[in-house]
Parts: sequence; C-alpha cells; structure tokens
Amino acid sequence: MAAFNINVNGTNRSVDVDADTPILWVLRDELNLVGTKYGCGIAQCGACTVHLDGTAVRACQVRISDVSNKKITTIEGLSDDLHHPVQQAWIEHDVPQCGYCQAGQIMTAAAFLKENKAPSDQDIKEAMNGNICRCGTYNRIQAAVKTAAKNM
Amino acid sequence: MSTINKQLKRRSFLKASAAAGGGVVIGFTFLASCKQEKVFNYADLPTPSMPDNWTTMSGYIKIGENGTISIMNPNPEIGQNVKTSMPMIIAEELDCDWDDVIVEQAPLDTEKYKRQVAGGSQSIRHDWDLLRKTGATAKAMLISAAAKRWDVDPTTLTVNSGVITNGKGETLGYGDVAADIIDMELPEDVPLKDPKDFKIIGKNTSNVDLKGILTGQPLFGIDTKEEGMVYASMIRPPAFGQKLVTYDDQAAKSVNGVLDVVQIDNKIAVIAKSNWPAIKAKKLIVATWEEESELENSIGHNSDMDELLAQGSEEPRRKDGDVEKAFAEADEVLERVYEAPYLPHNCLEPMNYFADVREDKIYTKGPIQTPQWTQSRIAGVTGREASEVSVDLTRMGGGFGRRLYGDFAEEAAQISQAIGKPVQLLFTREDDMTAGTFRPASKYKIAASIKEGKVTGYKLTEACMSANMYGLIPNFFPAGAIPNYQVETVNKESNITIGAWRAPYTNFLGFAEQSFFDELADLMKVDAVQLRLDLLEDAKGPAEEDDRIEYSPARMQETIKLAAEKGGWGVDEPGVYKGFSAYYSHNTHVAEVANVIMKDGTPVVDKVICAIDCGIVVNPIAAKNQVEGGVVDGIGHAMYGDFTFENGKPSAANFDKFRLIRSMEAPKVEVHFVDNGLNPTGLGEPSLPPAGGAIANALHKATGERLYKQPFINQNELLG
Repeated sequence: MAAFNINVNGTNRSVDVDADTPILWVLRDELNLVGTKYGCGIAQCGACTVHLDGTAVRACQVRISDVSNKKITTIEGLSDDLHHPVQQAWIEHDVPQCGYCQAGQIMTAAAFLKENKAPSDQDIKEAMNGNICRCGTYNRIQAAVKTAAKNM
Repeated sequence: MSTINKQLKRRSFLKASAAAGGGVVIGFTFLASCKQEKVFNYADLPTPSMPDNWTTMSGYIKIGENGTISIMNPNPEIGQNVKTSMPMIIAEELDCDWDDVIVEQAPLDTEKYKRQVAGGSQSIRHDWDLLRKTGATAKAMLISAAAKRWDVDPTTLTVNSGVITNGKGETLGYGDVAADIIDMELPEDVPLKDPKDFKIIGKNTSNVDLKGILTGQPLFGIDTKEEGMVYASMIRPPAFGQKLVTYDDQAAKSVNGVLDVVQIDNKIAVIAKSNWPAIKAKKLIVATWEEESELENSIGHNSDMDELLAQGSEEPRRKDGDVEKAFAEADEVLERVYEAPYLPHNCLEPMNYFADVREDKIYTKGPIQTPQWTQSRIAGVTGREASEVSVDLTRMGGGFGRRLYGDFAEEAAQISQAIGKPVQLLFTREDDMTAGTFRPASKYKIAASIKEGKVTGYKLTEACMSANMYGLIPNFFPAGAIPNYQVETVNKESNITIGAWRAPYTNFLGFAEQSFFDELADLMKVDAVQLRLDLLEDAKGPAEEDDRIEYSPARMQETIKLAAEKGGWGVDEPGVYKGFSAYYSHNTHVAEVANVIMKDGTPVVDKVICAIDCGIVVNPIAAKNQVEGGVVDGIGHAMYGDFTFENGKPSAANFDKFRLIRSMEAPKVEVHFVDNGLNPTGLGEPSLPPAGGAIANALHKATGERLYKQPFINQNELLG
C-alpha cells in the first residue's frame, strides 16, 4: 500500500491503497462518495462516470496512481445544491426510475455539453450511447440533455 | 361516496415513549401496534422542517406539531415509483398539502403492513383501498379533535391542505390537534373522497428520492456502510452442474486488504477491508471443480423443447370445445413455433446485501423485493428464528424479478455467521450475470383454424426449461373469443437456476401470440386491428359467464381503439411501416403501434405509440415513465437479448457480450392513458409484453420477413 494525494471535488485528500486501485473504489470505499456507481467494471455501462480535469472518464478504468495532480469531480461535487443545468433538467423531466445509472448519465451529459453547446438530437443520442439505463429512461435522458443545453 | 368501517381493527392502544430527540412520541395505532421509528436524515435537501414531536397516527402516518407529516412507504422501491405514489394516496385522503410531506421507507414489519412485496405490478392495485382508508381515518380523527377543542359538531368543519376551519372562520392545523387523538375511539363510516375532488392523485409529482439521486446520496443497498463492516466477494461454480473440490487461497490471502477466505457450502468467500482487494484476490484463487450433474447445452435444450412441443400434455390448462375437430374441419390451419432464450435480469445495481449475524439478533439491510420471504430464508440458512431477523429496505437499482430471490441475502448471512462480523456481500457484474435466476428458455407452438372467414380453433403449447411460465395465462385473450380453445404446458428439468423476469408469464408470450395474430390476419385478409376487435366482440358473452376469464374484452377494445387512433392506424404515412400489438397482463390492458422506418437500407424502430388502461393514474409523470421504460425494455430484449449455455457455462458474463438496448437504439415512446376513472392497476410490467410483437409486426411490413425467434438479430442480421 502507498499513500496517494488526490483532489476530489476541490478538496485534497490522502488515501492509503494499492497503486492499481481504480478510483471508483477509492471514491466509494475510502472517501465515502458513493454517488459514483459500480455497474460493470469494464467501461461498458457508464455508471461510474466522473470528470477528470473536466473530461468524462470511467472511474472503474482509472487507477489511483494515474490521477496525481489531476482534479476529480463526482456527482457530489457537480454543483452546490443542485444548481447545475443538467441536474435542473433532470428534475424538470423527472428522469429517473430506479436512479442507479443517473449520476453517470448526468456526468456524461455535463461534460458533453461543455464541448457541444448546441447539439442536435442525433448528437445527444450518440453522446449518451455509452451509458446504459436498464430501466429504459432514454427518452427522458435525451429530452433532459436538450433542455440542459438551452440553459448551459 | 364509499365509507369504511370493516377492515380496520378496532384497537386503540396508547403508547408514549421518550423520542430520540428529547420529545415525546405519542403512539396511537389502529392498524397495528406502534414502535418508535428511525427518521432518515434529510440534511442539505430542501424538505419540510422537522418537528420536535411526532404524533404517530398509524404505521403509516406521523404528524409533527409544526404540521410536517411523515408518511411511510410500505413497499420495496425498485424504480416503479411506489415510494412516491403509495404515500400520495394516503396524503390525498388525509387531505394534507404534499409539500408538508416527507416520505420514509418502512422496514419489514408484518404487524403494521400487508404484502410488503415489489412484484407482479400489484402494489397500487392491492393497497389502493387500504391506503385511502388509512389517510381518511386519520383525517376524520383530526377533525374530531378539532371539533372537541371548539366544542362543535365535526360535520360543521372543513379541511383544506391540512388546515381545519370552523363556521366562524377559525383555523387549526393538523399539527395543532394531532396530540389530541390519544384517547379517541376509532371512527366508523369514514368517508372517502369522490375521485373528482382528488388534488394529489392525478398530479405530476416528483420522485421523492429525486434530489438524493441527483446529488449522489447513499440511497441504494450498495451504498450501505455500517460500523465494523467488512466486504465480501464470492466465487461460485463457473458452470451449472459443478461442485467445489479443492481450492488454493495462498496468493489471494497475500493481497493487501484481504482479511480471510472462507468456504461457504459449494462456494468460496473472500473477505476484505474494501471491495477492490476482495475482487482482485478472488481472481487469484485457484479452485478445482468437478461435474456433479450434467453440464447442459442450449443446443440440447432446443431439441428437448422441440420434443416437448411434439409430445404436448395430456392435461390441458384450459380446454373449450374440441380444437382437433375444428382443425380437421377447417378451411385453413396456421401453425407457427416461436422461441426465446434464457435471460439474465441485469439490474444495473448488482446483487448485494448487508448482514450482521449476532448472538442476540440478526440485522440485515439491502435491496430486496421480498423482505418477508428473505427474513425466513435468512432464518432458515442461519438456523435462527425469523423473529430474530430484521430486514431494512434500501432503494434498489432495478429489480426486474431478480430481487425476488434472496439467495444473495442468504449468502451474506452465511458469511457473517461464519466470520462473526457485519459484512456486505457484493456481486461483481460477472457474478450477477452468471449466477442468476434466469428467465427460462421457452418455445411456443401456436395453431389456429379458419373456417368461412372465422377463427374456429386455437391451440397453444408451451415448452419451457425447468418450469412453465404459466399462471392465469390460459384465461387471458383469446380465451372466450374462440369456441374451440386449448392451452397445454410442458417442461423439462434442468440444473440452471430460473426465476421470474419482468412480466414473467408474458414477456415472451406477448410477442409470440401477437405476431401470430398478425400473421393470421394476413392469411384471413382482414385488418390486424379489426381482427382483434372482432374477436374481442365475440369474447364479451363468454367473459360475462366465465369467471376464470381475466381480461375485459370491452376495456381491451377501448384501449385498442385509442392506440389505433393515436398511432394513425390505417393512415398511410410514406416510408413508415406500422405494426400492431395488444396484450393484457398484470390487470392492465395495453395496445401499441410501432413505427419502423428504413435508414440506409436498415429497418429502424423509430417510434412506439402506446395506449394503456390502468384505471386512475396516480402519478402521471411517473406512470408515463414506467410505460416508456417497459416498451424500451421489451424492444431491447426482443431485439438483442441473447444468452445461451455451453457445457453449463453462460455465453455472456458482462455487457461486452450481453447487449442491452442503448440510447441510439431506443425509439421515441408516446403514451396515452385510457381515462375511465376505474380503480388503478399496476404499471411496472404491462407495457413490456406487447412491445416485441408490435415491432416484429412492423419489421415484417418493412422487410417482408416474419420473426419467430428472439433475439431478432439472430434471425435477421440487418437488425444488428
């Protein structure tokens, strides 16, 4: 084990784990930030999506040893008190059913909308294609991303 | 106006105990005895202010002196929205302001609640009357309390949003008078509202956990953290039919963070300080397995089921008239066989459970659709009394039937018992997909006879691996519609574990039957919708005389007409190929029109228009979500859900090999509710069964090819 210093949601944290530990498990088990979800462990479902220096990544594929001097943002740190336009749009469309995938969906959408300010419907469908929603709330996810795009 | 006085037990025990916060909890119960309840922490979320004192009015309702109202959600929440919609029903009859309500999740409590199950789309239908009466009884008592204070006749008082007003215009809030109900007799003949006066039911209401979901709060089973908890990951036989011989755990035990490795029956559990070491170490265990029973293959299952279909059964599930005679005398007979594979549930939150087996009691917590059954399963496996086992419910990252089965809860309890510590067991995705309780592989043979333009006979034979998926299905459509009608079921034992999968009896049957009727309409040269309407007309008489018949031909006709109208059935839209399907299940009538268009030579499901009769819609925004999701789920699994076995081993263990429907493949779904004011039925399942048939029928129009096999991509590569 080794001590790693990381920055999560603007706060410097120190954790003592093996170098190969995916940040997914560091966030969940060491830092008690459980909003980032485990779904597949092989970057197929997107439930663990977080931002690494503003870019959406799969936390199950990023090792703790690879994130020194980088800033991690999780769903807990996306905004103060739900003010992010993507969260607001998720409220407006009452998107979730079970809710398990939604943090990952939101983090993917937030990173995407930073890059693409005026996405087409097709752009949105493609951008969200890496995130599985087992409940099938895709219609609402797409509608909410569209709403959020207008309010970014 | 309906009244109540029958089902509520006339008990009026008083209990007063010191509350955790220093106040007094006054417990008055009319449905069950009262215990002090844990209040969830809603810190940082904008919710009603917490009171200093609660008055507990029943197992469901507590009222704070400040007017804040706590309502218990009795049933497990798997994404079907009961945690919002069930409390809405109580709040409606209680006549309070929804903004004053906080919702808490009830633990398993068989004294206070009935049927704490998430399954069969039954929560709202089953508890509708009970929840209304619960709210109405509390309201009547609060009015009585105010009447006493003012010394007036209670009938002179009015209530609006939790405020009671007398003839002089003076007001008392529910919070002001709640404590006065202590000595009160349980009222009789409590009136229920006329549905036209509903203010909360029928209004779009946000999911009560929405803010927690959007900010990553610990709502789910997997988020459980308890004092002293360790983590476990389990190794199970890689193939069905195998048992454990030996294992070497030396390398696994050397992983940092690993605490122990223990054998549990035929499995090996790795115990660690956190999840990652457990998952990592698991891969380092070298285990030897041997064949205990046959290592089965899907190819073998396939021929087994063909044999079963050929054999049929001597004991039909239902037999009207004489199908063989009708077939012999027919102008034409259409016979088709439909097949579907095993399916894993793939809840996005993998199976997990927390258990703390102590000497004095067993505390457990987790995502489970059947808390009461799980309590007894845990008691059984630990050799303890069920009364020693508590079950707290968490929100669930999907259920789909997988979480009906507490196998993972049993395992967690066994591990905790073995190591003497509180433990959370987590399935990796690979564990979840390969150690499932799968929807069994099945085949249907459907045959119908036509004579002089009428359907005279209908025979359906179901062949399944392990167990038949039949409940009331023999009495669903077209029972009653066709004079000579017969349903038979046959199955063959298998060592592959099976269970209910969303819309368990009908998720595949809906496709088979509704594809068949589409082809039958083609053969008869009649419109596919008209054929169904005509058959339903014929079913009206028999359905009135035959109590076994489950569906309502009249309601089905209305639903079909609404779908046909909204979906533009019969209206020519260039480039749009339309398919129709209608199916009754879980007490709800559904009809769907699917639109397929061609994109670059590939048929694409562009849109599904769904009409649905679930009676009164409790929470429209969430109800539509259920319907949309069911349609997307039905299409996804019909198109892509592929799961086979070779030498007892599943063909897929993660989402790289098992394809779930994604954003780009999901069609637009439009939902229309039949407005008839009847008592509500469920929505978690019914929109799924017709979806496969609707798209198969539209794809047939687009490609000229009939689909008989799920997943469709295995029959037509163009669809991949």
